[in-house]
Amino acid sequence: MTSVVVVDYGAGNTRSVRSALRRLSYESVLTSEPTAIRDAEIVVLPGVGSARSAMDHLTTTGAVTAIRERFSAQRPIVGICLGMQLALEHSEEDGGVAGLGLIPGEVRRLPAGRVPRLGWQLVTPIDEAFYFAHSYFAETPCATGFSDEVTAIVESGAFIGVQFHPEKSGDAGLRLLEQCLSRA
Amino acid sequence: MSFPRLIPCLDMAHGRVVKGVSFVGLRDVGDPVELASHYSDGGADELVLLDIAATPDDSSTMLEVVAMVADAITIPFTVGGGVRSVRDAAAIIEAGADRVSLNSAALATPSLITDIADRFGSQAVVVAIDAGEGVVHTHGGRRPTDVQTIPWAREAGERGAGEILLTSIRQDGQRTGFDLELTAAVRDVLTIPVIASGGAGSAQHVAEALRVTEAALIASIVHENPTGLPGLRREIESFGIALRPWKERA
Repeated sequence: MTSVVVVDYGAGNTRSVRSALRRLSYESVLTSEPTAIRDAEIVVLPGVGSARSAMDHLTTTGAVTAIRERFSAQRPIVGICLGMQLALEHSEEDGGVAGLGLIPGEVRRLPAGRVPRLGWQLVTPIDEAFYFAHSYFAETPCATGFSDEVTAIVESGAFIGVQFHPEKSGDAGLRLLEQCLSRA
Repeated sequence: MSFPRLIPCLDMAHGRVVKGVSFVGLRDVGDPVELASHYSDGGADELVLLDIAATPDDSSTMLEVVAMVADAITIPFTVGGGVRSVRDAAAIIEAGADRVSLNSAALATPSLITDIADRFGSQAVVVAIDAGEGVVHTHGGRRPTDVQTIPWAREAGERGAGEILLTSIRQDGQRTGFDLELTAAVRDVLTIPVIASGGAGSAQHVAEALRVTEAALIASIVHENPTGLPGLRREIESFGIALRPWKERA
């Protein structure tokens, strides 16, 4: 069975991600241990907490280095919501936080509309609706999917990240998560 | 393109669903996990679980229910009732809920809104307001306070709430439609989303609410016929509201 590590930031709802993985017949381990992160077949960066607390936690545990090494070695990483945003170079959240820098770009506060942006949005080009819950968005040349003008999917090397929550997006979300994992 | 949300609300006491749930199509009317999966599979966009008894003794029961619901459904859900501290909120979110809803605890300690938002993000904090005669009520809408509804809604947003769950006490349980005026008035002063609540008696009522705001809470209209949710969705769409694309499982 494929070994999936869900990276533990020490806060928030990781249960739903793991439960979605289980539905897709992937067993997962929740850890921030660098060796486990480096060696897993697939790593999932879940979408919980705030940018600063997540980066602090990843730095303290040594996970930052392990994730960067994985990325350089072309080993698959799936990022969800905040987990996608962390892959960029920098975030405006919490007064400015350096990200993992796996892919080029900035995380910025959503400029318009009701924030947080909560609810189901149509994502192009896959033409399905997924559940979004965010106040910040990724501005990156690696965006490959959008909902309205907002980055919804980001791809670079062995990294694939989504702004929405596939684990909370019904059958369409599970199908998409399965694609991300099987591609990995 | 964004879609308005249809949100069934499960009122619970001591780990069981109470109040107005029909047994049609359900093995166990009072089982929150079964009902939640039913709605998740039936096209609900989100769920709210409200612990209306919320005695301290019940908190571990509620956490078990939250964890089982999280494993059983594939849509987001909010848990309210009995959230009085960051620790309460953390326990519920760690058990698998996406958001917590604060009501009287936020009125008593407004800084709680900010404290939870700082840790889990604004999207994880819903402030529930039971409104009537221009003021906020507590104790399930039975007791008026001297806090004005609109300024309180604005303050909740400024303190970091990610959404307001606005219940009209006048309309709640009446099934004669939402209080559209109140919903619009609150929505107009806020930059965060507002869930309309209280009064849904027909698909038309829901459609009217969804023209005013982005989400509507429904209770008896769906509990009376839990298998009728896909039909309710279609009926709402027949009034010109585009809900998210969704297919009934074969």
